[in-house]
Amino acid sequence: AAAPLSYVVDAAGPAARPALWLVWGVGAVCVLVCLIVALLLVGALARRRPAREFGQLERSGRGVKWIYFGTALSVIALLGIVVAMLVALRAVSRPAVPTELAVRVTAYDWWWRIDYPASPDAPAFVTANELHIPVGVPVRIDLDSADVIHAFWVPALAGKTQAIPGQTNRQWLQADRPGVFRGQCTQFCGAQHAHMAFEVIAESPAAFQRWRAAQASTAAPVRDRLALRGQALFGQLCAGCHAVRGSGTTGQHAPDLTHLGSRRMLAAATLPNDAAHLRDWLRHTQSIKPGARMPDFDLPEPELSALMSYLATLK
Amino acid sequence: MASPESGSHSQGAVPDAQGDTPHRRVPRLGVVARGSAAEQRLRDTWETAPGWRGWLSTVDHKTIGLRYLVTAFLFLMVGGIEALIMRVQLARPDQTLLTPEQYNQLFTMHGVTMIFLYALPILSGFSNYLWPLVLGSRDMAFPRLNALSYWTFLFAGLLMYASFPLGEAANAGWFNYVPLANRAFNPGPNIDVYALGMVFLGASTTIGAANFVVTLFRMRAPGMSVNRLPVLVWGTLATSLANLVAVPAVSLAFFMLWLDRQFGTHFFDAVNGGRPLLWQHLFWMFGHPWVYAIVLPAMGIVSDALPTFCRRPLVGYAPVAISTMATMLMGFEVWIHHMFATGIATLALSFFGAASVVITVPSAVAVFAWLATIWTGRPVFRTPFLYFAAFIFLFVVGGVSGVMTAVVPLDWQLNETYFVVAHLHYVLLGINVFPVFGGLIYWFPKFTGRMMSERLGRWTFWIVFVGFNLGFFPMHVSGLLGMPRRIYTYSDGMGWNTANLLTSIGSFVFAIGVLLFVVNVLWSRRHGAVAGDNPWDAPTLEWSTPSPPPPYNFAVVPIVASMYPLWEDRLEDAKRRGLDEEAPTSARVPAADRVAQLRTASQADASPDGSADAREAAAADATLTRDAPVGEHDARRADNAAPNEEGRERGAAKEAHERSSLQRGFVLDQGREAFATTLLYARPEAILKMPGDSYAPLFLALAGLLLGIGLLLHAWWMAALAGLGGAIALIAWLWPERALGQTCAAPDAVRPAPEVPHG
Amino acid sequence: MADFDPSDVGALPVGSAGQRAGGWWGVWTLIATEAALFGYLIFSYLYLALDNAAQWPPDGLPKLAPGLLGTGLLLGSSVVVWAAEKLAARRHRIASAAALAVAIAMGGVFIAIQLHEWHDHPYGPATHLYGSLYFTITGFHLAHVAVGLLALAVMLVWVLLGYFDERRHAALTIGGAYWHFVDVVWLLIFATLYLSPYLIR
Ligand code: HEA
Ligand code: HEA
Ligand code: HEC
Ligand code: CUA
Ligand SMILES: [Cu+2]
Repeated sequence: AAAPLSYVVDAAGPAARPALWLVWGVGAVCVLVCLIVALLLVGALARRRPAREFGQLERSGRGVKWIYFGTALSVIALLGIVVAMLVALRAVSRPAVPTELAVRVTAYDWWWRIDYPASPDAPAFVTANELHIPVGVPVRIDLDSADVIHAFWVPALAGKTQAIPGQTNRQWLQADRPGVFRGQCTQFCGAQHAHMAFEVIAESPAAFQRWRAAQASTAAPVRDRLALRGQALFGQLCAGCHAVRGSGTTGQHAPDLTHLGSRRMLAAATLPNDAAHLRDWLRHTQSIKPGARMPDFDLPEPELSALMSYLATLK
Repeated sequence: MASPESGSHSQGAVPDAQGDTPHRRVPRLGVVARGSAAEQRLRDTWETAPGWRGWLSTVDHKTIGLRYLVTAFLFLMVGGIEALIMRVQLARPDQTLLTPEQYNQLFTMHGVTMIFLYALPILSGFSNYLWPLVLGSRDMAFPRLNALSYWTFLFAGLLMYASFPLGEAANAGWFNYVPLANRAFNPGPNIDVYALGMVFLGASTTIGAANFVVTLFRMRAPGMSVNRLPVLVWGTLATSLANLVAVPAVSLAFFMLWLDRQFGTHFFDAVNGGRPLLWQHLFWMFGHPWVYAIVLPAMGIVSDALPTFCRRPLVGYAPVAISTMATMLMGFEVWIHHMFATGIATLALSFFGAASVVITVPSAVAVFAWLATIWTGRPVFRTPFLYFAAFIFLFVVGGVSGVMTAVVPLDWQLNETYFVVAHLHYVLLGINVFPVFGGLIYWFPKFTGRMMSERLGRWTFWIVFVGFNLGFFPMHVSGLLGMPRRIYTYSDGMGWNTANLLTSIGSFVFAIGVLLFVVNVLWSRRHGAVAGDNPWDAPTLEWSTPSPPPPYNFAVVPIVASMYPLWEDRLEDAKRRGLDEEAPTSARVPAADRVAQLRTASQADASPDGSADAREAAAADATLTRDAPVGEHDARRADNAAPNEEGRERGAAKEAHERSSLQRGFVLDQGREAFATTLLYARPEAILKMPGDSYAPLFLALAGLLLGIGLLLHAWWMAALAGLGGAIALIAWLWPERALGQTCAAPDAVRPAPEVPHG
Repeated sequence: MADFDPSDVGALPVGSAGQRAGGWWGVWTLIATEAALFGYLIFSYLYLALDNAAQWPPDGLPKLAPGLLGTGLLLGSSVVVWAAEKLAARRHRIASAAALAVAIAMGGVFIAIQLHEWHDHPYGPATHLYGSLYFTITGFHLAHVAVGLLALAVMLVWVLLGYFDERRHAALTIGGAYWHFVDVVWLLIFATLYLSPYLIR
């Protein structure tokens, strides 16, 4: 889309739609108010008046009616706005049907950890920066923060909610059609607040189930020699922070990389996920996301390609 | 027109047994003519000593007011330059002019500077300068506190900037949410400087507020009952009352944050049971009232000045005054609208959302009152008026975007996007900066005795107006396109490029306007047309004094009988002659002609040769009253005053006190004296002895600064010494003085008998 | 509004005249803003306490006896200060000074009790949330008591210097008002810190 975070043209689900109506409805009232005031002002400035000496003054009694009428009309418009607000608030405060899926999203400096609960056919699992939801049903988000306050916002699907340490905030979202919807952290959270985005991928229930099962699986065993060397390097350099389920690495301070290859984007939706960008990310983390909580790994070429070939196995 | 009475000894004084400061005295009515010996005595009594001593010790509210204005304006420029740097970074996607950390410090200091060091202090400047003048008083209730509040403001501002050159300035946004602002995520001195600076600044604000409140309650000219107060006074009263109650919230929050950071307390620390949300509550309980506090006096400026340029009284004085107070009162129950996205229960949200929508009703009252004033008046298009007219429009644009964010489900989208940035700039610049510019031009002649250049002023206005809208309107669009605020860069492909480029261009256009404004001030201060007492033919008391006013403000304490003392007779004329009846069409002049008429006037100040004569002539033109000679104060005074004096002579005794009396009033000349009047009706109830110049305020403020630095550096001995020094300064300050009538008259061994200047 | 006739103005008090003194109004603004400050402190306490699932206060219910004693002392001292003002107004210099000295002593004992309590607690301001609140709130109040005592001491000196008589004693009225405020605020703090844990369970 031309403006992936816009919410004024289209809403993709019932949690966002009332805001779409409001932005146009209340917006129209507001624009109208501005126009009326502008017209009155221009009229008042340009109006012809009887000629008079400078020193003479106008009589003071006139004009109070303006206040009565103006205020009365404003009150009517404002009451309309309040009613619209209450109706919309009711509509978005909870989904029409109870949510069956609840995903826990934990905000970190400057990425998102996403915890899926166990389902009948798959165990619980962790992923990062990419939230998948089935189309047509409401999904509950339980929002936590691991450090400072962030805010979870997918404009096309719902309004934003802060992720506050020490409390779990809830919101819900629902996509009416499949698609990729961009999300963004909107509460100032430090150096890389600008690059703390994510994606919500809405897909058919069947596709969603397939994805869920795949994500729940552990990483496939590595056979390639180069990749094995890469795996060892990973164990040395990366495992303190990152986890790859099934390979014995269990770092908890950084995105789970078990199925890194399945994601569309890298580093909280900052870069497209392909080999070139991944390599770039490893070598120049601090110039791509200055301040990010991962150091540059400007490794010598053989080690880098080993690592790359290992990462390529994480599908 | 020297009166036989003037200069004579006070009559009716009840001398004390010891012949000391009398306990009671009947204030004498009389005239003190300009240039008389009596006037000279007043001047001697009130004048500040020349040189640096006077400079450091003065308590003259006019000097302090100007200091506030100049200092706050400098902070506006500093904050503006910070914004311009940000705008260069944001002009195009993926710029790398600034590191994230630099950007974060810039936008934080920009917000802090604008909100705390510019927006309120500049209004305090107006109020400080103008209050005693519009209230017909000799000074503020607590002249020395006034000096203290200025010095404290200055030092707090410097303290907050102390770490800026080191690259360690506050960096967590002006509302400084924890835990980001707490030690774990922000270990440097950045936030400590901000926290201590804010506590310190809070003291300044509170002191100033207390002074305004007491001044209003007690220091009005006799007869200035509450229904005759200028609206600026209402605005500053509302602001001050609110500040007294609201500022402690933020001072406390910052203090607790400092404790959390330095001593490991747990107020905001979620791991140990503290709650980050407590910060948000405390901050916005203060913050929302504050945003009204920084506009209500500015709205008052417009309400008071608009009538001058519309040649009629304000429409709906009472509703406007009431709506000022109502806005402030309601302003205390909407703070949650800054926290809609924090997971608060829906029921509470609907209440606070509705309250935030309803709070616009008083604003509507004011907007329609201003519109009606222009509509039913005869606008005179001088530059201040242009700013005031533009203000009305910008207020509405900014106000309605506030209404949109008040609608809870909509705010869940708008919150923390550039839409809010657009809102806050429209309201802050629209209702603060524009009236401030207009007000500066309007009162410039009072401040300096000279007019600002009208031609340059007009250019400036249009550049500022166009630049402002070009800069800030597109922010609405980038906000609606989803651009979050406080991002140091954005990538191509988000759809925000055009809006941001326009914003950056507009910002620079606006800045050029500000620059021109400064140029105009500097030029006009020396070369502007000489103004005379009342160049705008304005109706309120301050214009009855010379420009600039003498140190004692009013030679005699005037007696006030209406809201517009200088217009009284003419307003009655208008009423009698029924001027509002429509005149025959043939007599109507199209607006364009009137503008042309005034333009001739405005060209005068650009007269090519700067000769005194030409300027004198220009002055005559530059004023709105064409009939009165300008520059000869006394002649003009005579003109203005004549109807009053005549009316007094002519009319029955009853009529006498239906008219204001500015020439003839209460002569208070036994030292620095002022009236205390009653709360509602402003009847005289005491003759106050006002303190003279003093270093104590400066010392106390310095002690505060050193205390702050000591705490910051953990130099506890320094903090303790500073505290001790402050206590000593305070005790010395409060020591009862017999000259001020604070101790009994019995001779005592400790202090010499006070000097009471006798004629 | 009724118009005012300048010729009606009779003899007016000159200078700082009791409740018409500027300082009297000034101290009320001070009291207003300080009251707000304590209001926000108590708000913070309640906000954090009500939301806290853990045992509150963590070290068991507060002991009431010292608090009650302190309360009695402060309220008593208020009466004494009031008396001191009246005495000074009757030119009983020594009696007034003595009363102020008694009030200072009572305040001093209050501070001693508080410090003793501080000392007795097994926790400090950084131990847990309750400790932070307890020490900050009582600390704020204690600082106010200390300032109040300083004010009383200065007033005592002024009384001894014979500054005051029936007409001129605004300084005592003003200083006294501040002291009364400090005492009244203590009641609220006492109710919040000492009593509320018994009531809100
Ligand atoms: C200068 C001060 C000022 C003023 C006067 C206002 C005025 C208003 N503000 Fe604003 N506000 C700020 C300064 C101000 N604000 C700042 C600085 C922030 C951001 C803080 C930050 O996050 O950094 C903010 C943020 C802010 C928010 C939070 C947004 C968010 O963070 O998500 C909200 C939400 O409700 C809000 C609402 C309002 C409302 C309803 C008004 C009303 O008072 C406006 C009333 C006026 C009018 C509406 C115009 C006149 C009325 C009529 C002509 C009648 C007819 C009108 C209609 C029918 C609509 N403001
Ligand atoms: C009174 C308040 C006030 C004023 C006047 C301004 C003025 C300006 N503001 Fe400000 N702004 C705020 C209050 C204000 N702002 C607040 C409270 C915030 C929120 C902060 C936060 O999020 O914490 C904010 C945030 C803010 C942002 C958002 C930052 C972000 O979220 O990332 C931006 C971005 O463009 C911005 C821009 C500007 C610009 C371009 C001006 C211009 O009007 C500035 C104009 C320039 C001057 C006044 C300088 C004078 C000119 C000279 C000295 C001459 C130099 C000349 C040339 C180079 C030509 N402001
Ligand atoms: C000190 C901790 C740390 C170490 C060591 C570390 N990382 Fe990271 N890594 C992070 C953090 C934190 C992020 C999230 C950064 C962000 O988006 O702001 C991250 C992000 C990533 C991402 C992008 C993940 C995604 O979901 O988009 C990849 C890939 C990655 N790291 C690979 C590696 C590799 C390979 C190594 C070892 C050579 C490594 N990391 C070492 C902390 C670390
Ligand atoms: Cu996370 Cu902003
Ligand atoms: Cu607000």
